[in-house]
Parts: sequence; C-alpha cells; structure tokens
Amino acid sequence: MSATGEAGRRGETIRSDVWVAVALRETGGIELELESRVAPYFGEAIRRQVQEVLKSLGVRHARVEVEDTGALPFVIGARVEAAARRAGVDGGDARPERTAAMPPASPKVRLRRSRLYLPGNEPKYFLNAGSYGPDGVILDLEDSVHPDAKDVARLLVRDALRVVEFGRAERMVRINQLPLGLEDLDAIVPEQPEMILIPKVETADQVREVSDAIDSILGRAGDRRALWLMPILETALGIENSFEVARSCERVAALTIGLEDYAADLGVPRSAEGTESMYARKRLVNAAKAAGVQAIDSVYGQVDDIDGLGAWCERSRQLGFEGMGCLHPRQIRVIHDKFNPSTAQIDRAMRIVDAFAAAEAQGLGVVSLGSKMIDPPVVKQSQRLVDQARQLGLLPEETTPEDSDG
Amino acid sequence: MADKAGLVVNALGRKIPTVVNGREQVPYRGVGGFEPRQGKHAPPVRSCRDYPADGDKRSASLQEAFEKCGLRDGMVISTHHHLRNGDRVALTALQTAAGMGAKDLMWLPSASFPCHAGVIDLMESGAVHHIEGSMNGPLGDYCSHGKMRGTGVLRSHGGRWQAIQDGEVKIDIAVIAAPTADAFGNANGSHGPSACGSLGFALADSIYADHVIVVTDSLVPFPCIPWQIQGNNVDHVVEVESIGDPAKIVSGTTLITKSPERLMIAEQVAQLIREAGIMRPGFSFQAGAGGIALAFVDYLAGMMREDGIKARFVRGGSTRYLVEMLREGLTGCILDGQTFDLDAVQSIAEDPRHVPTSPFTSYNFHGKGNFASMVDVVVLGATEVDVDFNANVNTHSDGRLLHGIGGWQNCLAAGCTVLAVPSFRDRIPVIVDRVTTATGPGELVDIVATERGIAINPRRTDLLDALRGSDLPIRPIEEIKADVERLCGGTPQPPRLTDRPVAVIKWVDGTVIDTVFQVED
Repeated sequence: MSATGEAGRRGETIRSDVWVAVALRETGGIELELESRVAPYFGEAIRRQVQEVLKSLGVRHARVEVEDTGALPFVIGARVEAAARRAGVDGGDARPERTAAMPPASPKVRLRRSRLYLPGNEPKYFLNAGSYGPDGVILDLEDSVHPDAKDVARLLVRDALRVVEFGRAERMVRINQLPLGLEDLDAIVPEQPEMILIPKVETADQVREVSDAIDSILGRAGDRRALWLMPILETALGIENSFEVARSCERVAALTIGLEDYAADLGVPRSAEGTESMYARKRLVNAAKAAGVQAIDSVYGQVDDIDGLGAWCERSRQLGFEGMGCLHPRQIRVIHDKFNPSTAQIDRAMRIVDAFAAAEAQGLGVVSLGSKMIDPPVVKQSQRLVDQARQLGLLPEETTPEDSDG
Repeated sequence: MADKAGLVVNALGRKIPTVVNGREQVPYRGVGGFEPRQGKHAPPVRSCRDYPADGDKRSASLQEAFEKCGLRDGMVISTHHHLRNGDRVALTALQTAAGMGAKDLMWLPSASFPCHAGVIDLMESGAVHHIEGSMNGPLGDYCSHGKMRGTGVLRSHGGRWQAIQDGEVKIDIAVIAAPTADAFGNANGSHGPSACGSLGFALADSIYADHVIVVTDSLVPFPCIPWQIQGNNVDHVVEVESIGDPAKIVSGTTLITKSPERLMIAEQVAQLIREAGIMRPGFSFQAGAGGIALAFVDYLAGMMREDGIKARFVRGGSTRYLVEMLREGLTGCILDGQTFDLDAVQSIAEDPRHVPTSPFTSYNFHGKGNFASMVDVVVLGATEVDVDFNANVNTHSDGRLLHGIGGWQNCLAAGCTVLAVPSFRDRIPVIVDRVTTATGPGELVDIVATERGIAINPRRTDLLDALRGSDLPIRPIEEIKADVERLCGGTPQPPRLTDRPVAVIKWVDGTVIDTVFQVED
C-alpha cells in the first residue's frame, strides 16, 4: 500500500514557498527528489531538513518530491509535515525548535488600536509584519485560507509562533468556526499566542466551549499564561447576544464585529459610511463597555483609500471603538493616529491626575477640578490615558526635579 | 607574489590576475591609492579636407561605413546603452562586421541587455573575441561558464570614461545610435521617434575613438539642435529604418513598488536623511530607478514639502518623480545621466533645467573633479553587503555574473552613501560575512538600510552622533546578519568556483578590485 499526500504551493507566480508530495512505502528508505531555486545555496540543508522532519514523524520509507522557490526552513518543515499527515502519518512531533523570543503575556486591557491580518497560508507576509508596528497581528486560519488548505495552514501558523518574531505586536490567531476551530486550538494553544479570535460567534455558549477547550489543553500542558479571547460578532443574532457574549467568560478581553458577513446577514450591500451596521456597532460598543471589555471595529476594505479610512476611524472612535483591523500595513499609521488620544483629552486627563495627587496630599476624600467633582472611575481612566499617552510617546517622560546644588 | 594560478592579493584582500587580455594590471591599492600621471589617449589628427565641405557624411549602409573605416580583424567596436533593451543597433553592427568577415573583434558596450544575447553566436563563430562591459542573463552565463575566449572587464560608467581617456582601451570604431542626427553627425537623444533622453554614455566614444559612425532613424537637416554628440568628431552617418523599439527604450510610466517591506525601507531611509540633517536647504541627492530608490524619492519629496526644504540639484537616473519635483520647485535642476520614462524624456527635451550629463561631468575619477563627490546623499542597491560594508552588485551569491556596475561605484563618492536592500531575498541572505564579489570597498559605504534594521558604518561617528536618540531601528550590521541567518537556517553553501578568472571588476581608477571566477558546471 502506498498512501500519498501533498501540501504547499507551486506555480509560476509563487515565490518563497514550497510544494511537497510524500508517498509512503514499505521499504527503500527515503528517496528525495528536490528542485529548488536556492539549490546552490541551501540544497544540502533542505535535504537534511526533509530527512529530519520525516524521521521525527516516524516515517522511514517514502518517496518525497520537493519543489522549492526559496521557502524558509519553518515553511519547509510545516509543508513536509502537512504532506506526511495527509498521507496518513499519525503521531510524532516535528515542530521546529523555538527560536523566537516569547513576548510578555498581554494584560487584559492594552493598546489594541490596530491588528494586522496575515493570511495563514502565506508565510512570506509573516516575516516583517512586526516591523510595521501594529499593536497586534492576526495569523488567520479562517476566511483567508482556502477550505482545502486548513490543515496545512494550521501547521504553518503553529510553527510560525515558534520561529517568527512579531516585535511588540500581540500575537493573535483567528481560528475557524467550531468544530473545525477545535482542531485549530489543539495545534495553536500549546504555542501560547496572546489572543484567539473566534469567528461568527452568536451565543455565549460558543465562547465558553472555546474557553473550556483552551482550559483543557492548557491544563494538560500545565500552563497558566494569559490567553485572551476576542469573539467576532458577524450576524444579527450575534449582535443581539453581544452583552452575554462579552461576559461569557473571564478570557474575553474584547468584542469585535465582522461587517462583511453582518451586511450579508441583513441582506444589504455595504456602504462606505457603514449606515447598515450603525445600530450593530453601537450595540456592540455598549455591550462591551457594560461588560468591561474593549470594543474593536472591523476592517476598512478599500486599502488604497487612506482618506476614507481616516474618516471611518474618526466615526468609529466617536462611537466608542478603541481600534480596528488592518488588511495592509499602510493602514496601520492612520489607524494609530486616529485612535491615539487627542491633545485635549490628554491635557484634561493630566489635570485630573494632578488634582487627584493634590487632593491626596491634602488628605481630601474628594477630587475636584475647578468647581466640578471628579468621580473615582474618571480618575482611574485619566491615569490610564496618561500612562498610555506616555507609552505612545505623546508625552515627555516624567521629568526629575533638577538638582538644586547642581 | 603571484600564486601558481597567476593571482595576487590586492589591498581589499581579493585575489586578482596580474595580466588581463594580454595587458598588465594594477591591483586595487585602496581608495585614492593609484594616481597615474601619463598623458591622455589621443586619436589621430584628422583634416577637414578629408571630409565633405558641404558637411554631408552619409554612407548608404553600415557595411559601407565599416568599409570606409577600414574594418579589420581584432578591432574594438564600441556602442552605448541608452536604448536599453530596445536597442537594435549594437547587435546589428556586430553582425554586419561579422558578415564582412571580421574576426576576433572586441565589443566595448557601455552596458549590455538581454536584447544583445545574439552576440553569443558571434563569439561562437569567432567574429567576436570577448566583451569588456556589463554582462547579464545569457551573456553573463556564457562568460561565467568560461566559454568566452578573453576575459570580461567590468567597468563603472566613470571607469569606462577613465579607461578610454587613459588609453587602457582604444576604440577603433564607435557606433553611436542616435534618436536624432543631421548628415554632419551632430546628434541628440532627446528628440525623434526613438528618443531616449541623454546620450552621455556615447560621449567618450565620440571623442576618443579612431572612427565614429552615427546611426539614426531620424535624420534632420543641419543643424541638429541641440547636439550632445558633436558632428566634428563623427566620420560617417548612416540612416536606418529603426534604431530600436521605443516601448523597450523607456517605460511608459515608472511605478513605485507596492511591496510594504520595500516601502518601509524607503521611508526609513528618507527619515534618516531628514533626522541626520542631510536634508537641508540647498542639499543634493541621487537615487536610481530601482523599486526602493523610487519610493525613497517620493517619501523624501513629501518630507521636503513638509519642512519647506528645496534641493539645489538632484542627479538621476531620471523618472517622473524627479520631474515632478523639478516642476514643483523642490529642486533647482536635474543633472541627468540616463532617462528612464516618457515624462523624463519629455522634460529633458523641453526644460532647460533638466540637463543631460555624461560620465565625464558626473563620474570620471581621472578628471579635475566630478559631480558625484558633490552629491550629499545617494541611495543605491546591492546583491550582497558584508559585515565590513563591502558590497557586491555584480554577481549572484553563487558567483554567476548578474549585472554591471553602472554608476554604482562612482556614486560611492557622495557625502553619504546608503545601500537600501532587503536583508534576504527568498532564502538567500543579502547581509553576509564576506561578499562573493567586491564591487566597492566598505569604507565608502555609510549606511545599510534593510527591513530588519539600519546599520551605520562605525567609521561614520558623525552620523552615529547625529542619529543618537532616533526612533529609527539602528542596529549593528552583525545583529542584522544574525537575524537573517536564524531565519534562513544558517549560512548558504559556498559558491562552487574554479580558480580560473572569467572577468575582472575594475575600480574607478582603473585598478582591479576583484575577480569573477568560472563557476563549476
């Protein structure tokens, strides 16, 4: 019997990727046929790696074809494994050694102005995503991955989490709808991304199912690192249930909305101004705030229309959203500019923080600014805003009093 | 002392041959380390009595013109590359000479393009002995595999002028394709159906060659105005149906890269120029027509606009991006070495502030100065850069010839030299331990800008000081290299090369800076 599997991408327009076919056999060892654009440089390294991956999967006899257009090692590893899995190979662990430094765990509330979508089966987009400085990157296993490539992308994203550095970005993975999403979780959760996005959520139970699955995977691994959830509401029903979804479990840190699917669910085309989703977006923001989680807007599809994006951001921010998704790195800067706190906001927050400090120093229980009383949550929010502004470089670092002797 | 393959080690630690095509070579001695003092090469004295008093120097065909020039075996025939991949003249000229029975010719193009691949047949047949000029694509492979009889000699644009002027290479017959010419031989590149902009690369040939033939598809009544090539240097004028394919001579329009990586590099370079204080009133810059360089120009123009800063002059490689800056008043003029798109061709024809230049004015190291050293900042590319900042633009990492030097070496004389490169291409590292071929010495490379950070040459303490506290991702080049090796899975296998030189790389002063060795089959 000879089971076969193939995975990866090849063709005229493909660069920096690899296509692999594995045909298992009973005898004869590993026979490797390699065609590579970088053969003069890495031919030997590729041969060695293919052997090693197959060995760690327990494959001893197979005919392997590799067509390489300059894929990086983590891509080759994931593609070879995917092809072997498709040929029916079970068990073994072919994950690459973890070489990327683990970013610090995310707090529940952090800057989430921008999140850059990265199609899960297109490794060349992963590499520099962190350099563009988004607050988050989303390794997407859902809509940007062809249904035939779900298993292949899953392994690639898994390995990318071990090997690719994303700078200061929070590493998010968008899994598929359940039940397929549960398979994604099995592969992804042990790699400790900071956040999971769950698509097409309509009920709190769906979120709890994901959270329970995560608990059980993390329980097995004995790991307690924070892993947050961001449910994506993309239907009328999901919007109606948004408050319940937002407080479905401790892991939920933010809610977001998928406008393409939402408009389709309403049966109307999307408009540039987002008229059709105004209610849904307001409702989502309110539900999120009521549950104490962040509200994050959808994406702006017209990548070339930077002015349109800016206008959208302004409206979105006024509604109460704290960030939105990006389809292209060039959208990041505009989104950051628009979702950064304004000078007037920062000024006011600083005055409130100062007033609070003064009141404390005088032993006063009540903080007031001019004739106006300031409630404790406002002080807290102001402090957060000042901290944020400082992080963003919108405020000078705290100055130290000059040495009077100097 | 030469080793048993006849090679010596030059001042950059590179093995080079002492004799190339029968001519004694001077090994590279470091920047400014070689100063010859002999006289310039002079072509024979001519008398106007030997030329038609009515100024009509037309010949019926190239063959007739070659006959009048006394075409012989072993002659050096030169051409220019302003028609780029649309050129129909260079190959036709060599084929015509071959058809007349000439053998062992040396072709001295200012650059070769894929449209010249037919020269391989002429080398196979024996008509052409070897090429001294850039070789890429099929010609590059032919040379890299040791099939050419002589040794290739790669020179920069300035180095080609220097070699011709200094008599290192003597041109017997220069064939100059001219988009517009008169019967006396005055010619320009800015007008006519095959307009290409400047004709600067052909200027040295017109001055120093024994015989000069102008070939045009647009003959105008005397005088051809303006003239970049002076008819007084020209022996014969040949009218042909077409000198080239206009669609391949210039691009309809030049487009900026859409690659986010490249855009990021370009923007960071522009920002660096701004933060380092190089972008100041009256400054100057040069950028080519490569993807990153074009985007750099666009970002820099934006920053100049924001800060209200105007450049005194810019040097190109001109494209519509420079032309727009000129029209907007962001620069006082364009000093144009070659003209890449239709907007730029139109501009050079119509705007007196858009000036055609030549390698003599711009690049010649053996002149009384040149423009290159007066440029404040230049942005260039490279195939490889090593941790000593030496860079390679000539060969692939496997040692095969990739492209010519162009003005690259000459531009290193600028006040600040930036190499804007991806840190790896596909899986092949660009930042390496030691470049496969050294086209330029690291001491002249100031900044290497990649998508994984910007490295500043430690020699440039002034730049390091000026950029202290910058938010730009400034990192040691070794760190960038380590990053790249981690991603790419270690260092590549070394190239498989023999010890037989197939080409040499000349430095701007005519010394030999490195050797291209035959690749193993």
